[in-house]
Amino acid sequence: MTVVAEAMVLPGAALPAAAPLIEVNDLKMHFTIAAGIVRKRAATVKAVDGVSFTIARGETLGLVGESGCGKTTTGRCILRLENPTSGSILFEGQNLCGMDRGSLNEKRQRMQVIFQDPFSSLNPRMKVGTIIGEPMKVHGIHPNQKEREARVAELLSVCGLNPKFMDRYPHEMSGGQRQRVGIARALALKPEFIVCDEAVSALDVSIQAQVINLLEDLRDQFNLSYLFISHDLSVVRHLCHRVAVMYLGRLVEIADADELFNNPLHPYTQALLDAVPIPDPELEKGRTHKAMKGEIPSPINPPGGCVFHPRCPLAVDSCQKEVPQLRQMTAGHWVACPRV
Amino acid sequence: MNEEAILAKLPGAQAVADVVAPKQSFLAALGTWARNQPVGAVSGLMVIFLILVAVFAPQIAPFDPVETNYGAMTQAPSVQYWLGTDQFGRDLLSRIIWGARTALFIGFTSAILGATLGLVLGVASAYFSGWVDLLFQRIMDVFLAFPLIILAMAAVAVFGTGPDKVILAIMLPFVPRCARVVRSGALAIREMPYVDAARALGYGHMRIILRHMAPNCMAPYLIMLTTFLGQAILIEASLSYLGMGVQEPTAAWGLMLQGGAETYAETAPWIAVFPGLAITLAVFAFNLFGDAMRDTLDPKLRSR
Repeated sequence: MTVVAEAMVLPGAALPAAAPLIEVNDLKMHFTIAAGIVRKRAATVKAVDGVSFTIARGETLGLVGESGCGKTTTGRCILRLENPTSGSILFEGQNLCGMDRGSLNEKRQRMQVIFQDPFSSLNPRMKVGTIIGEPMKVHGIHPNQKEREARVAELLSVCGLNPKFMDRYPHEMSGGQRQRVGIARALALKPEFIVCDEAVSALDVSIQAQVINLLEDLRDQFNLSYLFISHDLSVVRHLCHRVAVMYLGRLVEIADADELFNNPLHPYTQALLDAVPIPDPELEKGRTHKAMKGEIPSPINPPGGCVFHPRCPLAVDSCQKEVPQLRQMTAGHWVACPRV
Repeated sequence: MNEEAILAKLPGAQAVADVVAPKQSFLAALGTWARNQPVGAVSGLMVIFLILVAVFAPQIAPFDPVETNYGAMTQAPSVQYWLGTDQFGRDLLSRIIWGARTALFIGFTSAILGATLGLVLGVASAYFSGWVDLLFQRIMDVFLAFPLIILAMAAVAVFGTGPDKVILAIMLPFVPRCARVVRSGALAIREMPYVDAARALGYGHMRIILRHMAPNCMAPYLIMLTTFLGQAILIEASLSYLGMGVQEPTAAWGLMLQGGAETYAETAPWIAVFPGLAITLAVFAFNLFGDAMRDTLDPKLRSR
């Protein structure tokens, strides 16, 4: 597939022949915690600390990691829902950081988001038709109301909902139906790039499968690129072309999906994959789990050197001092560990 | 677009669409509410009664409220003058009925204006956060430092008297009170994913504040609005009594307590008693109705 060939773009490398759609360079998002009457800086949470990756047109990049590792914050930074502390986010070569509101809103028509919770991501006071039609109205895409309603009906059908749902309120629908409304809203402006922030995690397994298939169909139909943020590794493996693994605000490994799942190199990735149960009781019984020691450290005061060293089975003294950089092991397979 | 192909993959979608969500009829819901909030229901009926009296004052009132009749001064309640007459021979019942019009018009207008402005400022304050929020809230603190009546009197001193100025004066102290309560709710709404979605869709600040956040802060808004109604009627009566509100010869409850009340307290007590009773009942009704609204819409605010 050509998509995969394009996906071989190296993280942080110079622009290849086919420029990627999204290029994130050394992204940092530090939140300050203020305390006291004078609101002086008490601590800094390094939610994202130097993350770089690219996403090609039509490609799906999975972003996995445990809770609190900065996956969601990375997605929010790309959408500029947060103001990154430093680093750059290039959308078709144009830096979104420091862009003024006008040009940013123009770019925002082309990048959208699907949220985790289908119950809080739709305005409870608006009818479905308004929710999906409003973006078009605001951006003047279909100023004529008849045309807009036709387009809303079309979007609902594309997302597997009956156009009659237009006159419903979100609370009259099930979780899966609401998530489809969320997807239809994201598609309303014909975007090229969608951040799926745990888009299926809140749904029942049977509904999950339907929504994943829908996302796949839409990707093929409209040549969409996804940043698929998830902690569900089996979903990521099914849907993503490439997968990036995050730990405590940093990328530890990034590779093609098959390569990563078959040949994980970083000890954290190995532990993460090892935690996935095998759906065969016989095989599962014979397996020995190498559960990780300890808890994820606080991002307020992360360990020095390699952030993973307190829990790493391979750690040596030098891991406490040197911050490991991503290095390429095989084509497109990058890992941030000097010990593998 | 191959809609049918995609639809075919989702067998559940079509069937679910035809199921209509069960809906309780409006009257049935009202009945349930009345059983749970009997005090609220009674006060609600009183509020409706007051509104009807105010609206149909010209039809109900037996006499012209401003016409003086020196042949019938300070007459005790009788068959002809149900509640008696004042020192100018004006029928008290007619003046109270027309006074309801003044009280409710000023009360509703100032409460709605004050609460609505407070809603917008409170939501905007929460939405922008940071230094805008800080500035807004400190300005609100200055206004909150004054009791309602003192601030309203100061406003009358600045703007002057007359119904429109009185409305402005009564509205002013309501704004920070509503803004403060709405802001605390709006801070939670601000973090809702649908507000993030609105920002990601590139909507303007005003659209997000007015269309996406404010409609979801309706519970505190309505609660504040109903409590303001009773307070506004009381402030209007107080201002009129002090001669800073509505001016003679307009029929207003506060005005009716002035003058005649002191002079004729012993010889013709009905001149003061009936307008006072009207104020009490109206404020009582609106306050109890406000409490019932609060319990229904937001039980968490009960301790306030």
